[in-house]
Amino acid sequence: MDGGDSCAPAKQVSFTIKKIKNTLIDIQILDTPIDNEACIDFVNHAEAGGNVVFVGTVRAQTKGKKVLKLEFESYQPMAIKEMRKIAEQVMEKWNALAVSFHHRVGVLDIGEVAVTIAVSTPHRKAAFEACEYAIDTLKETVPIWKKEFFEDGEVWVAAHP
Amino acid sequence: MKIKITAFGIAKDILKTNSLALEITNVSTIGELKDHLCQEYPDFKKLQKISFAVNEEYQTDDFSLGENDEVIVIPPVSGG
Repeated sequence: MDGGDSCAPAKQVSFTIKKIKNTLIDIQILDTPIDNEACIDFVNHAEAGGNVVFVGTVRAQTKGKKVLKLEFESYQPMAIKEMRKIAEQVMEKWNALAVSFHHRVGVLDIGEVAVTIAVSTPHRKAAFEACEYAIDTLKETVPIWKKEFFEDGEVWVAAHP
Repeated sequence: MKIKITAFGIAKDILKTNSLALEITNVSTIGELKDHLCQEYPDFKKLQKISFAVNEEYQTDDFSLGENDEVIVIPPVSGG
């Protein structure tokens, strides 16, 4: 095993970019519990008419099979870059005022928060759409992998057709 | 040419390591590297999809590899 930086165990990384095109973007990959309130506070904006927050949590079962816990692994520098791209698209396409985008890594128990996305826009409809776009795109492009632990084994999610 | 392979998720299980130094001959692009890995480690063929990144960006099959490049093997992502 090589101990290169990109393979080092996930540690807390805070990556906050302020004042991009007069807006706010906050991207974080954390190995500690996500603070939903911090995400909501971050996107609070005087021009906003609505803040929409998506909170993704660990479900107790997959296709009827009991899940014991999950583990998330990320290729951290690239995951942050890809999350930032999504946040910038949200800013552009939906004229968002602020985006906070936090993803957890490490071992998570049932019910714990895996991802939180908060978006504020002048009118609520755009914030709903932007939030949905952000989570859907994360699942397509961001290099983060989820392993589900069952009573009889463990599986990397979505790896096989 | 010498390159470094770094793997995540199930790719790490297939390679049985998260990092591998590779001396490659007759391989100069990402596409050729993909074929090479699928030949050496047939379990890669069972994956839904396999992508590669260099310099923290996804690269297409025609991307030319350079000496000492670090190539990241990206199996299907499943965040969120």
